[in-house]
Amino acid sequence: MSELLVVEDLTVTFPTSRGPVDVVKDVSFAVGRNETVGIVGESGSGKSMTSLAVMGLLPPGATTRGSIRLDGAELLGRPDREMRRVRGEQASMIFQDPLSSLNPYYTVGLQIEEMYRAHRRCSRKEARAVVVEALTQVGIPEPERRAGYYPHQFSGGQRQRVMIAMALVCSPALLIADEPTTALDVTVQAQILGLLAGLQRETGTGMVFVTHDLAVISSIATRVLVMCRGEQVEYGDAEQVFAAPRHDYTRMLLESIPRIDDEVVL
Amino acid sequence: MARYVAGRLAGLVVLLLLVCVFTYLIFFKLSPDPALMICGKTCTPDRVAQIRASLGLDKPFLTQLGDYLSGLVVGRDYGSGPNLVRCPAPCLGYSFQSSQSVTQMIVDRLPVSATVAVGAAVLWLIIGIAAGLLSAVKEGSWWDRTAMGLALGGASIPNYVLALTLQYVLVVKLQILPFPSAVPFSEDPLLWFQSYLMPWLVLATGYACLYARLTRANVIDTLAQNFMRTARSKGLSPALTMRRHALRPALTPIVTIFGMDFAALLGGALITETVFGLNGIGKMAADSIAKNDQPVIMAVTLLAAFFVMAGNVVVDLLYTGLDPRVRVS
Repeated sequence: MSELLVVEDLTVTFPTSRGPVDVVKDVSFAVGRNETVGIVGESGSGKSMTSLAVMGLLPPGATTRGSIRLDGAELLGRPDREMRRVRGEQASMIFQDPLSSLNPYYTVGLQIEEMYRAHRRCSRKEARAVVVEALTQVGIPEPERRAGYYPHQFSGGQRQRVMIAMALVCSPALLIADEPTTALDVTVQAQILGLLAGLQRETGTGMVFVTHDLAVISSIATRVLVMCRGEQVEYGDAEQVFAAPRHDYTRMLLESIPRIDDEVVL
Repeated sequence: MARYVAGRLAGLVVLLLLVCVFTYLIFFKLSPDPALMICGKTCTPDRVAQIRASLGLDKPFLTQLGDYLSGLVVGRDYGSGPNLVRCPAPCLGYSFQSSQSVTQMIVDRLPVSATVAVGAAVLWLIIGIAAGLLSAVKEGSWWDRTAMGLALGGASIPNYVLALTLQYVLVVKLQILPFPSAVPFSEDPLLWFQSYLMPWLVLATGYACLYARLTRANVIDTLAQNFMRTARSKGLSPALTMRRHALRPALTPIVTIFGMDFAALLGGALITETVFGLNGIGKMAADSIAKNDQPVIMAVTLLAAFFVMAGNVVVDLLYTGLDPRVRVS
């Protein structure tokens, strides 16, 4: 499997009043084409910072060391002008809360369209057709009409579908999903996971799936990276990691999953 | 939509009616007897009674109020026989001081107040929003701290201090500007502009400072929103990200506040108009209060209330167009 994304010894440092703090320390992992790699860890473990570093979207002031290569090309240290062409075109991202991640003042059609037009030369009419197609692909009913709706007029699951349609509108090679199902209820969660898996089969997109939910990871990821306090504690084949965790932290995460046969104390 | 507008307008009429009743109650029941004032020093009880009768003050309170309200809607007659005076609708009565029709006084003075308000609003919107935007984008910079410090100071200066200082410095000391005069635009555009410049500056200063701080806060708040991160993750240009995704959410709330502030100003800038001797609604209010000219006090109160309420309705209607989450069902 040829690697699409290779992250080597990535370190992200934030300046604080008590000196620089490494929020991500020497993290290395790779994502192949058509492969899903999970990044798991508690909140604050640095998993979101890792994905933002790949997108070049770290907050101002943050510094990075190491290497992030997408399709063989180094991304770290590229000026923002060049990173803009990467974002959306080669790598795109979906976020945890689709309601706050969409601009409430514009129709979803416009928000998808502006992304397509930022990367492709085309008329508004052509872009509109692409938008409708993208919405159809993610299972939004009546896409022509719904393209003219505002984000608040959709349900939570549909909003995340819109985000996915937007992220994939330029057919990027890499999709980073940062807790895409956390804000959704369980049935909708399953639908969104199914949608992502299906789209990935169709398009061959490599996916980084960031979550704190191990059950989700085990169902979709082939490789998994476990992070704790910015450090990589375990990385490898998902089945192996879950079957025989080598690190105490991974074991602890696995044990924290509630089981249906657990004794419940009320 | 039409039903909503009709409902809001009906509400406006009811509120105005209440304002009318309360104002009437305060000024006609609790103030000194205007007949005594009109009568002057050489007064006899007969003369007072005569004046009271001609003004309708001898009638019961509710009758007086009813006459006033019907005068507003259909007009009314004052006096009787050969002295009969017809006051056409909307009749606000006659000034105790000058015997002029109050409606005519308002018609004469409203353009002055409107000119003051519009000019000041243009100034404070441009200056306030531009300064606030720059501060937000360069948050924490030298410019930001200076501008916000000045804004805090500027918002704290009372209008009369600023007005008198400006007049002293620009007109008396430096003689850059002539003494303000009530010249119409068509007669001498330059003198007209020079006359209004100081009132505009004085009124705009306080508002510009408030709007700068408000704009800065709104823009900073918007820039931290999740959808801004989404916009950047899409590879949009910084200009488009700012213009489309940040400005509209950040500036929409300012429309509300502007609507209210502007409406209130149309009801007269009391201090500024008085200091610069502009014959607007504000000066008319100040004069009428000083001389207890009750019909005029009553009229300016009603007018100000009307502008504030109408401003409210207009802002709410505008909002349904500006914020897609607010829709009238």
